Amino acid sequence: MNVLVYLVPMALLLGLTGLAAFMWSLSSGQYDDVEGAALRILDNDDIEVL
Amino acid sequence: MTETLDLSVFVRRAGGFAHMDLAVEGVGCAGCIRKIEAGLKQLPGVVDARLNFTNRRLAVEWRPDELEASAVVDALERIGYHAHPFEPQRAESEEAKTARKLLMALAVAGFAAMNIMLLSVSVWSGNVSDMTQETRDFFHWLSALIALPAAAYAGQPFFRSAWRALRTRALNMDVPISLGVLLALGMSLYETAAHATHAYFDSAVMLLFFLLCGRYLEHAMRQRTRAVAGNLAALKAEVAHRFDAGGEVVMVPVAALKPGDRLLVRPGERVPADGTVISGSSDIDESLVTGETMPRKVMAGGTIYTGSLNHSGALTMRVTVAGEGTLIDEVERLLEKASSARSRYLRLSDRAARLYAPLVHTTAALTLLGWLVIGAAIHDSIITAIAVLIITCPCALALAIPTVQVVASGALFRSGVILNAGDAIERLAEADTIIFDKTGTLTLPEPRVENAEAFAPELLEQAARLALSSRHPLAQALAREARLRTPITGAVEEPGQGVRAMIDGSEARLGSTAFCDVTDVPAPQSDVSSIVFTHAGRCAVFAIRQRLRADAVAVVRELLASGLDVRILSGDRASAVEPLAAVLGVTGWQGGLKPADKIAAIEQLKAGGRRVLMVGDGLNDAPALAAAHVSMSPISAAHIAQTHADAVFLGERLVPVLQAVTTARRARRLMQQNLWLAVIYNAIAVPVAIAGFVTPLIAAAAMSGSSILVTLNALRVRARPRDVA
Repeated sequence: MNVLVYLVPMALLLGLTGLAAFMWSLSSGQYDDVEGAALRILDNDDIEVL
Repeated sequence: MTETLDLSVFVRRAGGFAHMDLAVEGVGCAGCIRKIEAGLKQLPGVVDARLNFTNRRLAVEWRPDELEASAVVDALERIGYHAHPFEPQRAESEEAKTARKLLMALAVAGFAAMNIMLLSVSVWSGNVSDMTQETRDFFHWLSALIALPAAAYAGQPFFRSAWRALRTRALNMDVPISLGVLLALGMSLYETAAHATHAYFDSAVMLLFFLLCGRYLEHAMRQRTRAVAGNLAALKAEVAHRFDAGGEVVMVPVAALKPGDRLLVRPGERVPADGTVISGSSDIDESLVTGETMPRKVMAGGTIYTGSLNHSGALTMRVTVAGEGTLIDEVERLLEKASSARSRYLRLSDRAARLYAPLVHTTAALTLLGWLVIGAAIHDSIITAIAVLIITCPCALALAIPTVQVVASGALFRSGVILNAGDAIERLAEADTIIFDKTGTLTLPEPRVENAEAFAPELLEQAARLALSSRHPLAQALAREARLRTPITGAVEEPGQGVRAMIDGSEARLGSTAFCDVTDVPAPQSDVSSIVFTHAGRCAVFAIRQRLRADAVAVVRELLASGLDVRILSGDRASAVEPLAAVLGVTGWQGGLKPADKIAAIEQLKAGGRRVLMVGDGLNDAPALAAAHVSMSPISAAHIAQTHADAVFLGERLVPVLQAVTTARRARRLMQQNLWLAVIYNAIAVPVAIAGFVTPLIAAAAMSGSSILVTLNALRVRARPRDVA
């Protein structure tokens, strides 16, 4: 059972990292325009047409 | 047009840049984003343009010394999009903030619920195998470590609301929720410290997670409808021609008008604000104000109201404030009275909470006493009583109504009904009497050509295209019949008389009988206006009048068939209402009513125990809308009427009214079903809890099972509503 000593903190840390990532994406406005984001990806304006 | 629009009220300046938010019409595909953003960035001085596709809003930032605000709107118009700037409402940004907070709370609760459940499953399986007590305590302490901060953060929306309710000595659903969560956490902590087998950290946090899901969805739906309503209001916003200090005419948005401003109202335009006429005379169509379809003559000194249509002559007017003994004052006074008389509606969920909370708390107390009486230890009795509180914790009950509401308002939103009030669905479902206003509600807001079928199609087309060159309201009604929307070149408008142009080598005229030199026209009926077209010896007299909405007859028939009492209360003359009521098959109608008469009629119905749904659009309907049990307005309604309606419907058809009623009734049925499901769940779970058999595993399974069941049941509101031919 000694593995728990480092497995549990690690699992919690990973979970917290995910939570922090979500909080960051929320506060940086990534959910403000969900439909637009789905469409913007289709836009090719960063590719030079040969 | 050479006139430029002064949009400075909408521009905000910060850090050397000017910023403006616009609502954009006609955005529908991926290409639009690029077209609009790239198109605007080509303008000199534009720093950033970003379109939010979800709410169809555009944020533009530019250097103010290089570009005027109106150039942005003009550029969009050139690209092919109609846009109107708007000031973000404070209520809207508050809602956005709350939604974000709820989402954060939901994320925290979700994270905590998942991790604690991971630990709990280990404990449950360990309890039936060979888990040592040290390991179990360790897992329980870990759960506490996650659950306590998570509940402290994610539970805030419930704790706050419960505290607010308790302070006003009321009970809402959040009181038993908060109590259940706090007791579950406290007891689990105590049990963990005493090395006990069971802890309920998972139940407490999972409960918060489920409830936050419901609450966030409800909020997101409300936010979306509010954004759409805001856009519609912005796009409807009209401009006024204001005389500036030097006597020159400047176009300004209506939002920038102040009392005392002098305005120019040209023929064919709507009056942008309430005021008095300083000079000029004209016929004014006040159908949006009083419901009267015949134009009224106004001269210098006369009072005119927002939304009236100026027919014949240019007017100069002064914007006035309320408080000068006008119709507006009477409406305001009646509104105040009606709104204060309206008793606060007790929502179904609040009524359920009033019954539920005392019941649960008494049951828990009785359980405690019962176990003590039959000689159980104090500790065990308390644990069992708390288990009762946890298992009855209204997961199903608190989800039962919001989920139905979210799904129903989504369905209504798709059929063109935007809800203003949160409890509108419940009140709509209760309506047993519908009162329609006539002008602009049963009829289309704009007049139409009545006898279009009587003429050859190419004659109608020519007349309609010639009408495109005129601003006169009658000509504009005719112009709606044009298939090809290009005006005839070289058309000349003679103000107050008509338009003429050369078509195929001979002169065509459209206008009054005198202008077209026609004498043998039959005298029109009282509510019909006519406009004459002559060309190459042919002559056509178009009859123009208010026409019923295309599906009005079918909708009224459906409403009558579903057992509703349909009535018409109109401000228009009785002679104008009668034929229309006959066509619709409505026997209970009254004409020539003043705003106070409409309220009196509604009060009389209310006194007879009726629940009235009022549908109206005019300024004169506003008090009646506020007095009725529930109310709806078409989107073309006067501003004051719309703000007092519980729901607004879009489009030229009347069917949204029927859909609103049927969807609301189905939603109420499902709410009641869900409440019964919750009752059945409790009837099974509570005895088990009282008997002391509830383990954390049973609590978790019961809680999630019942929540999923009511949510699935709520989805049934989406069943396709019946369509009317």
